[in-house]
Amino acid sequence: MKPIATTRSASGTPTGRLAVWWVIASEIVIFGGLLGSYIMHRLGHPEFGDYASHTNTWIGAFNTLVLLTSSLTAVLAHQAAEKKDGEKAFQLLMCTIGGALTFVLVKSIEWTIEITSGYTITTNAFWSFYYTAAGLHALHVIAGAIIMSFVAIDARQGKELQRVELVGIYWHFVDVVWIFLFPLLYIAK
Amino acid sequence: MATQKKTKKVSGKSPKSKKGHDHGHAEHGHVDYITIWKYLVVLLVASVVGPMFEIQVLTLITAFGIAFVKAYLVIKHFMHLPLEKKYVTYFVGTAVIFMLLFYAGVSGDVMNHTGRNWSNVAAKQETERALKQLEAKPHGHGDGHADKGSSGH
Repeated sequence: MKPIATTRSASGTPTGRLAVWWVIASEIVIFGGLLGSYIMHRLGHPEFGDYASHTNTWIGAFNTLVLLTSSLTAVLAHQAAEKKDGEKAFQLLMCTIGGALTFVLVKSIEWTIEITSGYTITTNAFWSFYYTAAGLHALHVIAGAIIMSFVAIDARQGKELQRVELVGIYWHFVDVVWIFLFPLLYIAK
Repeated sequence: MATQKKTKKVSGKSPKSKKGHDHGHAEHGHVDYITIWKYLVVLLVASVVGPMFEIQVLTLITAFGIAFVKAYLVIKHFMHLPLEKKYVTYFVGTAVIFMLLFYAGVSGDVMNHTGRNWSNVAAKQETERALKQLEAKPHGHGDGHADKGSSGH
């Protein structure tokens, strides 16, 4: 018997997809609150500009490119799922997971450099925001990669192909959050 | 041109199309995702290069203005929000409005350090201390050592 989320569509939107949009709405409040707090502190503390000058724009830009590309492979996986091509959807989702792993690897190298240079979460308010926002985002990247691996395995067997789109929507949201984090933490100096 | 018009029409209807899989969206094959990705990469390059000129207005436009354009492209073409039922857009939009309300309610107390009947002494002192410290070492950027300012307030 299939789960109700895959069969019911009482509101005109399949329940599973509606649930993903609800998750995203709640995530907007979480990340929005965090980014809003950062922006008001940034505007109230001109010294944040100097603190931000220690972040590496090129690393941030590279990770942005990685996430944008992983979003492309996620949407292409969705396209393949619509054509009932589970094998191709699997391969494209694996590319997306590869993007997630690259992002986390680069982020861990970046953080290692920053922490060994003395910039830790307790250094000052800027770095507290930096590690909290980027860390929360990285947790979402890791969670997305784990969920996507389950969806990819099912997709390869031609099962539950509608989930390819659902995990894709979540993944694009993670991308959108980074699109705003990048200029705030890496460019506004 | 005629093909373009037809394409727009297809992307506009969707929910009841039988062509897509059981989630109800129309096939999205007509959207050239790779082209959208290319636009996103070009915008990314612009957002990195623009601030290098160190002109405040240009930085605001290239870094933050472009962020909104990139987000719009992802939400429209990758997340397919316009193809969802209207109420999905409304509740996602409501979350954004909550965020703006939070900002409007709190920002005045955080961005200013003094008001008519109040003063945030700790924040004011910290900003003054940090700025003095920065003036003392004008070439302190990127020296690889932590400047242990404590913006506690």
